[in-house]
Amino acid sequence: MPSINVNGEKRDYSGDSAMPLLWFLRDELNLTGTKYGCGAGVCGACTVHVDGVAVRSCQTTAAEVTGKSVTTIEGLDAGGEHAVQKAWRELSVPQCGFCQAGQIMQAAALLTKNKAPTDDQIVEEMSGNICRCGCYQRIHDAVRLAAGGV
Amino acid sequence: MLQYFETEARTARQVEVQSSIENVSRRSVLGGALAASSFVVALRIAPANAREALTPYPTGAAGMPHTVVADPNVFIAIAPDGVVTIVTHRAEMGTGIRTSLPMVIADEMEADWSRVRIVQAEGDEPKYGNQDTDGSRSMRHFIQPMRQCGAAMRHMLENAAAVTWGVDPALCRAKNHQVLLLDGAKKPSGKSLSFGELAKAAMAQPVPPQGKLLYKTPSEFTLIGKDTTKIADLRDITTGKAVYGADIRLPGMKFAVMARPPVVGGKVKTHDAAKTLKVPGVEAVHELEGVHKVPRGFSILGGVAVVANSTYAAIAGRDALDIEWENGPNASYESVAFDKEMTATAAQPGKVIRNQGDPDAAFAKAKQVFSADYHAQHIVPAAMEPLVAVARVADGKADIWAPVQSPYGARKDLAEALKIPIENVTVHVTLLGGGFGRKSKWDFMVEAALISQKLGGTPVLLQWTREDDIRHAFYHTVSVERIEVAIDEKDKVTGWRHRTVAPSIISTFKEDTGYSFPIEYGMGFVNTPFDIANVRCENGKAMAHTRIGWYRAVSTIPHVFAVQSAVCEVADQLGRDPKEFLLELIGSDRKLDPKALGFPEDFWNFGDPYEAFPIDTARLKNVIRIAADKAGWGRKLPTRHGLGIAAHCAWSSYVATVVHVEVGSDGKISVPEVTTAIDCGLYVNPERIRSQMEGAAVMGMSNTVYSGITFKDGAVEQSNYTDFTVARMSNYPKKVTTHIVDAPPGTHAGGVGEPAVAPFSGALCNAIYAATKKRLRSLPTGDIVT
Ligand code: FES
Ligand code: FES
Repeated sequence: MPSINVNGEKRDYSGDSAMPLLWFLRDELNLTGTKYGCGAGVCGACTVHVDGVAVRSCQTTAAEVTGKSVTTIEGLDAGGEHAVQKAWRELSVPQCGFCQAGQIMQAAALLTKNKAPTDDQIVEEMSGNICRCGCYQRIHDAVRLAAGGV
Repeated sequence: MLQYFETEARTARQVEVQSSIENVSRRSVLGGALAASSFVVALRIAPANAREALTPYPTGAAGMPHTVVADPNVFIAIAPDGVVTIVTHRAEMGTGIRTSLPMVIADEMEADWSRVRIVQAEGDEPKYGNQDTDGSRSMRHFIQPMRQCGAAMRHMLENAAAVTWGVDPALCRAKNHQVLLLDGAKKPSGKSLSFGELAKAAMAQPVPPQGKLLYKTPSEFTLIGKDTTKIADLRDITTGKAVYGADIRLPGMKFAVMARPPVVGGKVKTHDAAKTLKVPGVEAVHELEGVHKVPRGFSILGGVAVVANSTYAAIAGRDALDIEWENGPNASYESVAFDKEMTATAAQPGKVIRNQGDPDAAFAKAKQVFSADYHAQHIVPAAMEPLVAVARVADGKADIWAPVQSPYGARKDLAEALKIPIENVTVHVTLLGGGFGRKSKWDFMVEAALISQKLGGTPVLLQWTREDDIRHAFYHTVSVERIEVAIDEKDKVTGWRHRTVAPSIISTFKEDTGYSFPIEYGMGFVNTPFDIANVRCENGKAMAHTRIGWYRAVSTIPHVFAVQSAVCEVADQLGRDPKEFLLELIGSDRKLDPKALGFPEDFWNFGDPYEAFPIDTARLKNVIRIAADKAGWGRKLPTRHGLGIAAHCAWSSYVATVVHVEVGSDGKISVPEVTTAIDCGLYVNPERIRSQMEGAAVMGMSNTVYSGITFKDGAVEQSNYTDFTVARMSNYPKKVTTHIVDAPPGTHAGGVGEPAVAPFSGALCNAIYAATKKRLRSLPTGDIVT
């Protein structure tokens, strides 16, 4: 049976190979931290890491990540103390919070590949993630803060 | 906000004081002299720890279903381990209310915030009081009863300690989660009992009568007005543990989506589910009959439900459905034609809603007349969390979990739809991934419950896809506002005529008359606070052809956009500075006299009694001056940069916004800076007020520049965030600076969630004009100025 490594655990996968990873995570593994916002790859709410890179789980099939390592918000840091999570709390970023798992995963992946992003790089990297509540200013500040170390 | 409508039906009902919390208004003492952003200290020098009796004031809560409850035993429980559980009965959708109302209780009862646990109430208004979390009302209506609960519990703790020690309760003083025994000199004796030790005895104490309560003075507040409290769900949100509607998991739960008629009032003519039933994972298909009564209320649209073992399979099953729809009478709704119709209507005299002086004579005598039409499209709330509900309807009982702004209204309709007694229906309120008004309407919950019922009790999660959310909403109304201004030979404004044409929200609740209601014209149309001798506000007829609903900031969006744009246009025509001209139009410091100004008998006043919440021009001018000063109004800016200002009084708060725009050589609009000043009276959580101001600027940017919903053949043309666009990090107001104005102590709490949204549109378009001399009068403008 094909399997996917999710947050360090091997998870067998038996369903339709075209099933987006998003629904596998949410409906089969009950990892509900990853959110559905658009299903079209345009909001970023469903962002997870595949081998450390931010991807839209609504646009990635379970088959495509077979044998790969998937990290969701639940697995980003065992204690919830990733620098990005700490910065998010320090600056009280969230309003409703619904987009924030995706935002945090996007930001964490950015800081993995680029330890000191410029403001333009932050904007470019984060522009795929919508926050309808409008927390962008704090998201931007929090990415900067996380880059500098919290 | 349905109760905007219900309030409507209760105009005859006397507004009574529901709560006995007193709050001495010192406004009369201080007069109109509001200090700028500096805190105005109480005039009387209070001895340390002097608690006070407070005079209650009436609020609009009296006109809401089930009004308020101020019983500490309903909202507070103290456990022997000292944990204080506080029930929050309003829904959390991002405003922070789930934290802010408990802060009020905790502060007043002297609880240590780190030992407070917050519990979300189920939908039960007879128990908790009104739960409609909308209309920027939670703090306005509940700060008094929550203070009362907290103060009463503090007295109960002190009384319990007095019994234990066998002393006069006056010698027992609650402070930071314990009760101290005072000596004869009212100094701490060193003896104390913790809240945990007193828990049982305190909870058994009789609740002191309202008139006997003493309240903390503002100088004694430890949480209220302080910036130190983080929102309750912060850690859970950042770790993925926060529970929203779609995160509920029940044993045996299935996943469903629905296909709904593209046109409101449409029906399934025929459907064939053969292909759907072959989709792996699909387990059942059920047709749900739409409820097509007039008025529609929040009744379901009907359609076909596909039930599966995953959301993915349900969506795939829906894609495979063959449905033929019958569209019904709304199929001719077409946005371009409708805008033309509304424009023509706005050019003709309409139904007079407000008349003051003799506007006809003023216009006849005018040396110059300014006139312009302002257009705005429909908008869909499009919260990040699409609608979703989980239902289990079995054995004559129903449990529904949902991100819902109005859990009790939902419960009533659920009982009716399921034909079971209301006692057997439980509505569990999850966190809301944004609401903005859409989640006040519970059609999605009824759908989920009916599906579970059809499945014979199997629990089901009904997911609305983003496309469903965009296409089957209750839409922010579409509008044309015409403003005409008469100017005499001395360049003085002598006449003001405003015509509004917009389908009414009330068309959802009453047979459509095509005309607006107080809840709409009270939002910045009739209550424009200008000192102009001759004013007429008229309403042209416009019928609704879709479901119209309230969206954050509601009718202030088109009204304030038009009014504040027109003021700036007239200023320009007269060669005046827009801010100075705005201040001059507002005129002297005064509380408006609605009668003298020809306001209609009922102009709603955001639901608040006018005597307690009058429109105060001093407070309005104050926020305008502060926003302008802080934004550096009048400073020299690079070419193609501009500042624009707009302000209003709404939801019993006062907001002024200055937008700094840059229009690139390619015409691209960007906003480097927004400066907002808000006077919302007594405030609780400044950190959340700032986050609301920041969010309002982003939503204002979306409303002004990006977001519009249009109809063709009766159906919504947009489908997702691809074509219903919103501000992203690539183009949002880069820096929002908020100035919270400290109103004099005793100024009642006003609303925060909505008031800052509308001024943004006028301020941005005024700024664009300042930068380019191009006047944009149609929303959304698009992000390129051509
Ligand atoms: S849900 Fe995947 S990008 Fe929106
Ligand atoms: S916090 Fe609500 S959508 Fe981002």
